[in-house]
Amino acid sequence: MDTLQTTPPGLQEEKQYNTLNLGPTHPATHGIFQNVLQMDGEYIVSGEATIGYIHRAFEKLAEHRPFYQITPITDRLNYCSSPINNIGWQLTVEKLLDVQPPKRVDYMRVIIMELARITDHLICNSVVGVDTGALTGFVYVFQQREHVYEIYEAICGSRLTTNIGRIGGFERDFDDNVMRRIRKFLDEFPKVWKEFEGLLSRNRIFMDRTIGVGGISVEDALDYGFTGPNLRAAGLDYDVRVMNPYSSYQDFDFIIPIGQSGDVYDRFCVRNEEIWQSLSILEQAYAKLQQMPKGDYFAHVPEFYLPPKQDVYTKMEALIWHFKIVMGEVDVPKGEVYHAVEGGNGELGFYLISDGGRQPYRLHFRRPCFIYYQAFPEMIKGSMLSDAILTMSSMNVIAGELDA
Amino acid sequence: MTATDITHESIVERLSAQFPGKILSHDEPFGLLSLNVPREDVIDIIKWLKEDAAFQFIFMTDLCGVHFPEQSGQELGVIYHLHSLVHNVRLRLRTFFPANDPVVPTATTVFKAANWMERETFDFFGIRFIGHPDLRRILNVDDMDYHPLLKQYPLEDGTRTDKDDKYFGR
Amino acid sequence: MGKRADVIQKQVELCVIHHSQLITHNSTIMAVKLVEGPEGHTGQGFFATSFDKAIGLARANSIWPLPFATSCCGIEFMATMGAHYDLARFGSERLSFSPRQADLLMVMGTIAKKMGPVLKQVYLQMAEPRWVLSVGACASSGGIFDTYSVLQGIDKVIPVDVYVPGCPPTPEAIIDGVMKIQELIKNESLRRRNSDEYQQLLNSYGIE
Repeated sequence: MDTLQTTPPGLQEEKQYNTLNLGPTHPATHGIFQNVLQMDGEYIVSGEATIGYIHRAFEKLAEHRPFYQITPITDRLNYCSSPINNIGWQLTVEKLLDVQPPKRVDYMRVIIMELARITDHLICNSVVGVDTGALTGFVYVFQQREHVYEIYEAICGSRLTTNIGRIGGFERDFDDNVMRRIRKFLDEFPKVWKEFEGLLSRNRIFMDRTIGVGGISVEDALDYGFTGPNLRAAGLDYDVRVMNPYSSYQDFDFIIPIGQSGDVYDRFCVRNEEIWQSLSILEQAYAKLQQMPKGDYFAHVPEFYLPPKQDVYTKMEALIWHFKIVMGEVDVPKGEVYHAVEGGNGELGFYLISDGGRQPYRLHFRRPCFIYYQAFPEMIKGSMLSDAILTMSSMNVIAGELDA
Repeated sequence: MTATDITHESIVERLSAQFPGKILSHDEPFGLLSLNVPREDVIDIIKWLKEDAAFQFIFMTDLCGVHFPEQSGQELGVIYHLHSLVHNVRLRLRTFFPANDPVVPTATTVFKAANWMERETFDFFGIRFIGHPDLRRILNVDDMDYHPLLKQYPLEDGTRTDKDDKYFGR
Repeated sequence: MGKRADVIQKQVELCVIHHSQLITHNSTIMAVKLVEGPEGHTGQGFFATSFDKAIGLARANSIWPLPFATSCCGIEFMATMGAHYDLARFGSERLSFSPRQADLLMVMGTIAKKMGPVLKQVYLQMAEPRWVLSVGACASSGGIFDTYSVLQGIDKVIPVDVYVPGCPPTPEAIIDGVMKIQELIKNESLRRRNSDEYQQLLNSYGIE
């Protein structure tokens, strides 16, 4: 790691250093992170990260909720890409219940997850732009994020914390409106993103500002448990979508972009390329969905999948199931399951222990942010304060996921 | 990345040969090989798995605590998830110990990633990791006097005033 | 209204139309809405109203918000500030990240117990007059997180003026909340902050 960072001139051990308290609420940190830094002028001698400022006790809360009520909790992990969390949790439960949803559900999920990945990377990259002084791109691409939110709204009625889908599939099929909006997004977004990319990716000022800043070697990255774009930027092509395909990702053709030095610029480029790959996956999934007959949007698991409202009002069995599910009176099988999906920031894992009751006995979230953020003090050592801010925003640390 | 070319049997076999009598039991829930090991040896096993040229479990995916109050003598546990990225094989290690002696050697000597995960486990369950460089609470306030994820403690702290229990069936 | 005022009114209208033609791109002409003046007495060359109203009008339309964004609601706030919803239309263009220069504390997201003292300190650093907008279920009541680590509503530590419900609220709802704050500011008596009731309110939060 040492070779990548500029060593401050004349750094002496016996010097008196200034202590700078950055956070917990600081405009430059985009969230609630506290870092107590020892400063030698503009250079950081050492730093200590304090977290937990929005610890919300997800894991304890999950032990007190029936399975279907945990989906809204997962929304609030990485709220920049909530649908991935939702679907990751549903896939975990489906693994435990041994439910195989139909292909159409898989492709619908792929569409939603890739849209979420685009918004996640879009926020991260545009915020990196803001921190290097390019606010325009941020305001410009945020318009596109609104279009994704409108797609979510058309699917599930909610924008940010989506609670999308159900255990076993979706509550309703994608209608023409949704498909039209997806088509529109696929037509419009690449142009906008091309422009944004053109603003920054070969911009001399941006490159000078980001190349060689906040780098990490692939060995250190692995040691610190990096996953996702940050690990790939360091040079290792680990992607859960490829290594342990879920939700029929094996049916899609895409490449995993990797970087070399793991610095801010590489992270930017990897995320940038992943957006293009996500768009390609979206096109493929869109084409596949168009060829499929409509209506096959849920698996037949009456114990967990809420019956249609119309049936609840007219059929006794449906009413009984509805009541049992809503009151959380359905027991699940015993088991211990780990399931991981590729979240916006890396491997988002769900470690679920079920004792056969109605709630999880123990549910642990493997939050990628939490694990890789511990490398942050090490990564900023010897760098300048403004570079530390940039390093943090390019790592895409999301407070909700960090603190759980 | 190559496809899976090490089998679960070979892992168990070689581990049993390397650490005789230390693999207490093993099972494969949902295709993920899980081994129960004693806490004294868990770090040695992790280290060996990481450094072994054939297995290369070079990635610590996850570390978390569990609490089973009914298992007397083995109330608390630490669960490690390892991943051999070369062979794409995952492995789970479980180690259990009594609640009145919640002590485990630290994994930070093998993986730096274990640092905060162990602090979190300490925060939630009060499990002390011997040799950890900085074992403090991480998520909760420092002056908290209990470990909230232990099963005997409630979810709520009872400061909510707008909830009337009779409407919630409690 | 006097004749002179009529003329001024005409001129203003002309300006408005002229201006709106400048700023529109397509054929639909959007009329720029100006702030309505306070009630008062006009005559030739003068306009009389109370200080309360004039100052309230100025304050309400130039709020400097301090975004205290902790979690999900903060992301929706980013959308509110963005081009699509554009909070700047309500005079809140300028975010004040320093509490010293802020008028409105917008608390968005879960406030954990660890964060409570920090929030209170930020509130104390703000100069009077100050307003507090609690955005989202978590800030207002703890929301779905009725847990050991979450403060059950920020009104446990600081006084709140307007609550915005939602988990998270839509940008429209956040804008609605800001407009409610504007109403409060417009109608606030200049003496309120010196009143005994206000002092008692602060004292009930342990603020001297």
